[in-house]
Amino acid sequence: MSINNNSEFKPKIVAFCCNWCSYAGADLAGSSRLTYPADVKIIRVPCSCRVNPMFILRAFEKGADGVILCGCHPGDCHYTSGNFYARRRMTLLFSMLDYIGVENGRTRVEWVSAAEGVKFSATMNSFVEKIYSLGKNVRLEDLRCKN
Amino acid sequence: MQELITRAKELLADGTVARVLGWKAGDLEYNPQPAFFTNEKELEEFVYNGFCGANLSKYMIEASKLEGKTLICLKPCDSYSFQQLMKEHRIDREKAYIIGVGCKGKLDIDRIKANGLKGVTGVTGAELTDDCEELCVTTLYGDKKIPYADGMLERCSVCKGKEHMICDEQIGESKDTKTGERFAKVAAVEEMSSAEKFAFFQKELSKCIRCNACRNVCPACSCRKCVFDSTKFDSAQKANVDSFEEKMFHIIRAFHVAGRCTDCGECSRVCPQGIPLHLFNRKFIKDINELYGEYQAGADIEAKAPLTSYVFEDVEPSVVAERSKS
Ligand code: SF4
Ligand code: SF4
Repeated sequence: MSINNNSEFKPKIVAFCCNWCSYAGADLAGSSRLTYPADVKIIRVPCSCRVNPMFILRAFEKGADGVILCGCHPGDCHYTSGNFYARRRMTLLFSMLDYIGVENGRTRVEWVSAAEGVKFSATMNSFVEKIYSLGKNVRLEDLRCKN
Repeated sequence: MQELITRAKELLADGTVARVLGWKAGDLEYNPQPAFFTNEKELEEFVYNGFCGANLSKYMIEASKLEGKTLICLKPCDSYSFQQLMKEHRIDREKAYIIGVGCKGKLDIDRIKANGLKGVTGVTGAELTDDCEELCVTTLYGDKKIPYADGMLERCSVCKGKEHMICDEQIGESKDTKTGERFAKVAAVEEMSSAEKFAFFQKELSKCIRCNACRNVCPACSCRKCVFDSTKFDSAQKANVDSFEEKMFHIIRAFHVAGRCTDCGECSRVCPQGIPLHLFNRKFIKDINELYGEYQAGADIEAKAPLTSYVFEDVEPSVVAERSKS
């Protein structure tokens, strides 16, 4: 019997999903028997705006290879305008990550409503595929480790 | 400088102000430090010269809590910070009497030394009394003359302008020092491949010793309880010996001040490791300008802050990948 050395890349992907839309969208995807990869770990948040940019950095620091944020479509926020603020914040954060050399494909924002189970599953499939193509995320881990 | 001292004495004497916030001579000729003066005698130590880069606005937070008015000296760039702090309700305008001081560019001792000078004992030509074209640096190994501009802080070579955003009166002349484009270096980094970008920032950030000087000097970092001092970090526990905080310090801090940073350049000035911290802040400023419209923090007290406002048509975050050159 050989020992499996686990060399195969299994990405860790964190999906922050808004309780009022995409989290329900994920549920709908499930009950509609639509599949998406098990590499995606969903964290439920009350609003996309709840996601402090630090959560994204934290996820990467804890070993995530990709982080996706899903919220209600612009104009449909349960709290009226949370996703508008989230949109600006995430744009700036992603731009900063790109600027320090973290590949920009590792972060994404997607608007998914509670009725869009199909979109949820399609989004996750394409995001996971992208992360597979990028491989392991090592950069943030080593950001301050040059001798 | 004499004019400034005379005026300060007058204002103290007639009771307009209870104290003066300015700079006093430090232990070395080239490091004057911020100081409060409460009487004529103390004012003898007052200095204002090319090494007075320190932005005094932040001290006004404490001074706002004191009895009576404080005379505060603000350079043109400091006045942006002052106004930003007003906007954030951190300081009380009524408690300040502002003298806008002229500026002919501030000096950076490390930049002076980078002209191949060791054992610097003194610098003349920094007094602002002359046209400040030339600095005479005395060192243990002889004297050397260098152009004033070769000893200037990076921020002065990309100065936002010599107009005071706010002041009660003005003393002293200013001189244009701008020679470069403020976002040139940021744009150059943006052109790099992602591996090059990473190598560049890794090299810079690995030098950091987490002295927190950049945070302590920053006028935008005026939080009573900073996340970096908290035992209950917003997304982590300090007790766990926080490697997260260690690694992400610079990005987190830059984000906290995004949209509020006036680009006063103090972080880069004080960093003992010479890390170009302004490159983070300027990246945010550049992005905000390009994506949400020109915005200069501290310039207009009524303007909507870019991160606490929005419009329906704002770009989607996917714009980052579309614009990225790497
Ligand atoms: S680093 Fe952040 S929390 Fe700390 S003082 Fe600055 S803005 Fe406030
Ligand atoms: S001043 Fe420089 S060395 Fe000190 S914490 Fe800031 S970046 Fe690090």
